[in-house]
Amino acid sequence: MAEETPWQQALRYANRANPYPFYEELRKTPVAPQPDGNYVVSTYQEVVQLLHDTRVTSDGRKRGVPFSNPFEGTVITTDPPEHDVDRRRMMRHFGPPECPHMIAGFEPEIRRIFGELLDNLTGKTRIDLVDEFAFPGPVTVICKVLGVPLEAIPSFHGWIETALDGLDFGPEANDPEQQRRAAAVPDAVTALRQYLGDLIGQYRKQPGPGMLSGMANDDGPEGPLSQESLVNNAMLMLFAGHETTVNLIAHSVMSLLRHPDQLEKLRRRPELIVPGIEEFLRFESSVQLWPTRSALEDVEIAGTTIPKGAPIFLCYGSANRDSERFENPDKLDLERPDNQHVGYSQGIHYCFGAPLARLEVQIAVGEFVRRVENPRLVEDPPPYRRNQIFRGPRHVWVDIDGIRE
Amino acid sequence: MTLPATVAELVRDFRANGRIVIVGASLAGLRAAEALRDEGFTGSLTIIGDEPHEPYDRPPLSKQVLKGWVPADHTQLPRLRAVDAQWRLGVAATGLDRATRQVRLADGEHIPYDRLLIATGTRARQWPNPTEAALEGVYTLRSRDDAARLQQALAARPSRVLIIGAGFIGSEMASVCRELDIPVTVAERGSAPLVGALGGVIGKIAAEMQRDHGVDLRCGVGVSSLEGDASGHVRRARLSDGTTIEADVVVASLGSIRNVEWLEGSGLAAGFWGIGCDAGGRAFDINGVVTDTVYVAGDVARQPHVLYEYQFLAMEHWDNAVLGAEVAAHNMVNLDPDYYPYLLLPSFWSGQFGVNIKSVGVPPFGDEIVFTQGSVKERRFAAAYGRRGRIVAAVTFNNGKWLEHYARLIEQSAPFPPPPPGWDQPEDMNPMPAEFPAPGVPTAIPDVVLTGHDPSERRAEFRPRRR
Repeated sequence: MAEETPWQQALRYANRANPYPFYEELRKTPVAPQPDGNYVVSTYQEVVQLLHDTRVTSDGRKRGVPFSNPFEGTVITTDPPEHDVDRRRMMRHFGPPECPHMIAGFEPEIRRIFGELLDNLTGKTRIDLVDEFAFPGPVTVICKVLGVPLEAIPSFHGWIETALDGLDFGPEANDPEQQRRAAAVPDAVTALRQYLGDLIGQYRKQPGPGMLSGMANDDGPEGPLSQESLVNNAMLMLFAGHETTVNLIAHSVMSLLRHPDQLEKLRRRPELIVPGIEEFLRFESSVQLWPTRSALEDVEIAGTTIPKGAPIFLCYGSANRDSERFENPDKLDLERPDNQHVGYSQGIHYCFGAPLARLEVQIAVGEFVRRVENPRLVEDPPPYRRNQIFRGPRHVWVDIDGIRE
Repeated sequence: MTLPATVAELVRDFRANGRIVIVGASLAGLRAAEALRDEGFTGSLTIIGDEPHEPYDRPPLSKQVLKGWVPADHTQLPRLRAVDAQWRLGVAATGLDRATRQVRLADGEHIPYDRLLIATGTRARQWPNPTEAALEGVYTLRSRDDAARLQQALAARPSRVLIIGAGFIGSEMASVCRELDIPVTVAERGSAPLVGALGGVIGKIAAEMQRDHGVDLRCGVGVSSLEGDASGHVRRARLSDGTTIEADVVVASLGSIRNVEWLEGSGLAAGFWGIGCDAGGRAFDINGVVTDTVYVAGDVARQPHVLYEYQFLAMEHWDNAVLGAEVAAHNMVNLDPDYYPYLLLPSFWSGQFGVNIKSVGVPPFGDEIVFTQGSVKERRFAAAYGRRGRIVAAVTFNNGKWLEHYARLIEQSAPFPPPPPGWDQPEDMNPMPAEFPAPGVPTAIPDVVLTGHDPSERRAEFRPRRR
């Protein structure tokens, strides 16, 4: 058997907690063809260049190879002009110019949600950062933003976990155990699609709060989203609207506990949470890689030709640790100057929910640092979830001395 | 002490105890002051501004402020850090004596400097007939006070506004008038709006946008005279085609004039073109020799640009003020070989008639244009400008997120036309002439004469041309 490439090694589950040594090896070949025909781009400059290249498509249908994934038919897997029109139809209900106060208006609610989660930890000496804080906060927020009933959280959380666990781009994809996980994905996605389709159908009959109802009943200048596009994008927003934030909150706290000097600095200067979020996202990117792009023409880049039709994997997690772009990239520095990371991507597919994520994580991590007394990581590294794109810990046990007011 | 050690000691001493004066208290002046402190300059810093206001942001003046969304005095620039400067606001600099290193102020005071940054920017060109310009209801727009006055005039719902000149400011003002549902006529001497900045092909699209929004756009005509009523308020304008326009607000939007008059006699290469300087922001003297003590940044600077055949360019854009100031500030407190070159790829934006216009590079440097993405009909597209087979600029209408792609191509001197996109291709992808007007004949160019014979005596001299 041929030796595994750095990329294949980085994708192995055993390396989920620390893929960075493999990324470092990977970056020696900025654009690295893989045995499966994928082209992996791992250096900052090349990732950025391809994010802005008009010969790169995000639409799997144009690749000519059937490629089914849970993001199909969403703004993240279409090109202009469809992408632009649909994204505008969605943004009308989320941000300026039509809804300039939407996110800021949620701030008191977000503070209350994370405040209560911390209140609930009072009296405990050991907590699970993920299950008791990093997960329930963002999932509650996204339900309120979209208008998804909170009672539905356990069921859609299960479907999403199943779908995430079943997706594998690495050498373990063909293991029997992973094949079983993959086989469970279609039913989970169908269930989620069915649930959101029904919910949107109800909102069409009886408008209610939140973006889904707004989009379903919109009569904007460019017309409404099609039912299919609305359901697909609702899935994307529901899932990407909290999974990435869960992982970012968990990783941010872990990063601080691993770097006591930075934690101490943040305690003394709480305003550093604002640049701090950007550094956390650079340091442990919530979206490690993105798999849906491909070349529509031969693209010459960094001495390699990505042939027409080839799938392109952009590795944000590696680009954000590229020493050609970031000085001391493996050092956590809340005051890092000129921190233009690609944690939210760039170009037309720039993270739709970035302003909401920033606000949530600023509040969540800021309040955690302010209120939790003497937090210590119990197990380092903690157990990780399987998914390679949405990389994050499954549990993070933290010992604490108490919760301040 | 070795020579390098002595020089290093001098730099340290200058950073600790030097005296820096910045003339100009707008975007470039403020950002330069902040950059100087960031660079570790702890000496005395004086900022001189002829307006009484603290530094404010100008782009909103022709947009949000005129619309009435934002009061004119709510445009203060955010401070990136404390600058610990002596602010001399509301008093203009009136002269520069390079021999004694002093700036003269309108109140008679002399401010000494070790290093000087000139960031005096530009002012609005006034309506050329002073009697007509003095009529009530005749405006220009450059400053915060201009914007406050014009906003009040628009809020009073004039029967018609006449805008003379359809550059970016004129077009943005016309857009605001239509949003406020105020009848507006735009008179433009050129063939179309924005034609000087973006050429005739784009100008034609801009003209359609104006007309679709109900602007009475008249191109190829000048305004011959303005007429007032008995009380001295403007009432009508006579156009060069013999027609008249009844309007009770007239805005002269005739471009800008660089604020260099105060430098007369200073021996710097200052004139209607701005102040010549090298790509490190160091001013040239009248002979074209670089100075060591005088620096220039912002709208008033004109410097060579490597990407544009080393031509001297004045880039009156927001990012030019910010980045030019940062480079000049760095170079003011460093010595060769630690100088930064100023290699901005210029860019600008405008908002008008519901369309976000963005550009990167120097469009008038190109002579060809090609539509590269999107749909002209839907007014969301990208177009690239080319010259001699390479891409030199790009413009986007409601397609700004692709600007970085073009910026990269321009930086790489990539071939023109660029490769077509894999999706969202425009109907017509053939390059065509960009249709920039021939450069106008500037007025009042001074003669430059050479005097003296011996190399130590030979000098250039400006002789203002009498008209």
